[in-house]
Amino acid sequence: MRAALPPEALDATDRLLINRLQDGLPLTHAPFAPVAQEAGISEAEVVDRITHMREIGAITRFGPFLDAEAMGGAFCLCAMAVPADRFESVMTSVNAMPEVAHNYERQHKLNMWFVLACEKPDQIAEAAARIEGETGLKVLLFPKRHEFFIGFRVEA
Amino acid sequence: MTLDATDRRILKATAGGLPLTPHPFEEVGRWLFLPENEVIARMAAMQEDGVIRRVALAPNHYALGLAANGMSVWDLDDSVAKTVGEKVGALPFVSHCYLRPRALPDWPYNLFAMLHGQTRDEVEAKRAEVAALLGDACRSHDILYSTRILKKTGMRLAGEG
Repeated sequence: MRAALPPEALDATDRLLINRLQDGLPLTHAPFAPVAQEAGISEAEVVDRITHMREIGAITRFGPFLDAEAMGGAFCLCAMAVPADRFESVMTSVNAMPEVAHNYERQHKLNMWFVLACEKPDQIAEAAARIEGETGLKVLLFPKRHEFFIGFRVEA
Repeated sequence: MTLDATDRRILKATAGGLPLTPHPFEEVGRWLFLPENEVIARMAAMQEDGVIRRVALAPNHYALGLAANGMSVWDLDDSVAKTVGEKVGALPFVSHCYLRPRALPDWPYNLFAMLHGQTRDEVEAKRAEVAALLGDACRSHDILYSTRILKKTGMRLAGEG
């Protein structure tokens, strides 16, 4: 797990960029112009700062966030109880699958939690079966039944 | 929404991230031999239809000091799960909140709510707040702290082009 950055790693302008750009970028010729104007810097400097923040690990992604369901596919949260002495090799098999969008280690008997994102709903069960076949471990499926509206975002 | 081959090329080209230049959509167009206005129009249509949720930056919670990230899980009576779940989702410190099926006998929990804080003590205080809000509607609960991000790439499209 990545260590926290020292507080001085990001200045007030970086924090402003993180806070604004979490909400989304306009789809225009100059998408950084509004935030550059608000921060009082050039668009080139916005780009340089994002590049730097990506290099130091303050940002994990910058780009389109896709919704598998809207394109006719599906997401599914999955969990496995992986024996400690096999954890690294199981992680390597699971992470190698393109359908695995995220994977987290958690403190619990069910210690590996990952999200499958597939373009067709029946591919979820196929992908889970492939993981079970490769690892010999049971994959529990926790598909979303209902999503509650939330207003949270990280304040940098 | 049905994506055509050009839509898919745009999504695949940007899956690893947008090019970091002042005019990223022009650059994507250059990669794909498409005019910038077509890239923008197609991405806007996909955003309108919800295929693209947003084009945005994802901060690293850990790097920004939110070192304690717990998936709190709750066993709620099915008859009230939707109404009380709504209240949990509305709490300012909950980042994701879902109802999911149980996996009995190992897993009795049907409400999942992500809690974040700078320390585990802070997260435990938030968990206690959720427990107080749920009261008798909740039969049991637990929290699973993440100890490592093993992969975080987001969704990828399969196949060529």
